[in-house]
Amino acid sequence: MIMRTAHESSHDLAQRSLSQKLWSWRYIVLRRLSQFVILLLFFGSAHWGWEVAKDVPLLSGNLSGSKFIGLIPMADPFAALQIFLAGHVLQTEAILGAALVLGFYILVGGRVFCAWACPVNPVTDLAGWLRVRFDIRPTFILSRNMRYFVLALTLVLSVLTGVAAFEWVSPVGMAHREIIFGVGFGAMALLSIFLFDLFVLKHGWCGHLCPLGAFWSVVGKINPTLRVRFDKTTCTHCGECAKVCPEPQVLNLKHLEEKGFVFSGECSNCGRCTPVCPENSLVFDFKPLIRAHNAQVQGSVSVSETQRRV
Amino acid sequence: MSANRRDFLLRLMQGATLASTGGLGWAYLLRQEARAQPFALRPPGALPDDDFNAACIKCGQCVVACPFDTLKLEPAGGNLPIGMPFFEPREIPCYLCPDIPCMKACPTGALSPKLKNINDARMGFALVDTENCLSWKGLRCEICHRECPLKGKAITLETHPRQISKHAMFIPVVHSDACTGCGICVKACPTTEPAIRILPHALVQGKIGDHYRLGWTREDAITQEFDASGAAPTIAAPTNAPSGPVKGNATDYLNDGGL
Repeated sequence: MIMRTAHESSHDLAQRSLSQKLWSWRYIVLRRLSQFVILLLFFGSAHWGWEVAKDVPLLSGNLSGSKFIGLIPMADPFAALQIFLAGHVLQTEAILGAALVLGFYILVGGRVFCAWACPVNPVTDLAGWLRVRFDIRPTFILSRNMRYFVLALTLVLSVLTGVAAFEWVSPVGMAHREIIFGVGFGAMALLSIFLFDLFVLKHGWCGHLCPLGAFWSVVGKINPTLRVRFDKTTCTHCGECAKVCPEPQVLNLKHLEEKGFVFSGECSNCGRCTPVCPENSLVFDFKPLIRAHNAQVQGSVSVSETQRRV
Repeated sequence: MSANRRDFLLRLMQGATLASTGGLGWAYLLRQEARAQPFALRPPGALPDDDFNAACIKCGQCVVACPFDTLKLEPAGGNLPIGMPFFEPREIPCYLCPDIPCMKACPTGALSPKLKNINDARMGFALVDTENCLSWKGLRCEICHRECPLKGKAITLETHPRQISKHAMFIPVVHSDACTGCGICVKACPTTEPAIRILPHALVQGKIGDHYRLGWTREDAITQEFDASGAAPTIAAPTNAPSGPVKGNATDYLNDGGL
């Protein structure tokens, strides 16, 4: 009996079936799908003339500014902020678009943009994965707060130079324009980021420098809905989650035990931590329900402990 | 505590140093990019250079909206800041859509909605290379004139006398008060390299200055007064006497013994 269980569990770990593997990769598959579909909708509208009606493109523009089915304007609120600081009073459409996008990411979590929409993410993910695969150890350390300096610098430079400082050099924008409109410096920008992340600094661009990520981190502090819940009663402190997390500082277990969920705005809701947790201590949950859930779990644990003592 | 504070201050200074050094290089790059734009032609309704640089979000919606694929986004290293819309008239000119879809697609107002009539667009100004223009060589080419969507206003044909025994030339003359800079003439020009080009106004147009008085033009005439309705001019009272409302007038000055 015991032998069979042991055999089964080792079998589980070594040779999981394809469906089990896919299930454990569910978030990464969904994220790649989301990133791809966003690009495809823009690309199809720009190149293949995808339209919902005559002269009404399905999704025209790019991540900086776009219009969905000719009705819903969207704009990058960070770009809009820079343009405003550069001294241009935006038209209603851009303001409305920026407000819509900002509202959406306030709801689902600011850095959901980074993990689910940004075209740079697959590249930096690949660099991160290769670093683990080839065991490239860190040789260079930079504070992750550097991004907030870059963010502040972006805003100051927008005022001083009269142009949207990050938009003019943004590898995110370049990559997106290169893919959708076939122009720009996108491939080179992505290659530099890839090599930087691979050889110089792990999670260097997304986790240390990108001011857009920093902007969404600030927005992400508000996130009232989707968060990764943390069960301190089941967590064994094995550290598997921190190994796969691109922002491991958000998984500071001491702080998580206090709050009961991953609260940092730097968490991108990428969902990498949830399938790797052997105890299922980390799962996506609706934030208003988290407190009640944790209270219930801890209550039942304390009850069972009391019963044991009795 | 004090060690913490030292540490904090040190980190703050490190961050500030990195930020200001990086910021200098970054600002330099932005200024260089913002300056690198003398020859690029922007879509109709584009704000003046500095305002456009501030306002364009580089979303490419004007490019998607353009039915003739005229507009393109600037690749790296071109004349414009990376990612901004422009067009090359010799490849595809602007065909002056009356409903101006590119301007309507612009979410930020970088292509200004103040442009109501496409014929008021001023994307640039057509300039004729008189050495290589077929009309200037005495041939009756006139293609630019015939293709011009505002022919007779933006481009007129004027006679230009030549030697005795040769017939006069009919040369194209461009008028800045009507030329939109659409570039259809550039596309149509039959020479191997176009002998007519569109250039931004700032590169081409001079300014005579306010101190020149062209007394023979209606606006500058100083001996006549016009009524506001622009009706037939009435001859003003003789201004020999340096008095009354005409004081400070140029004739006054001459008659005052100022010379």
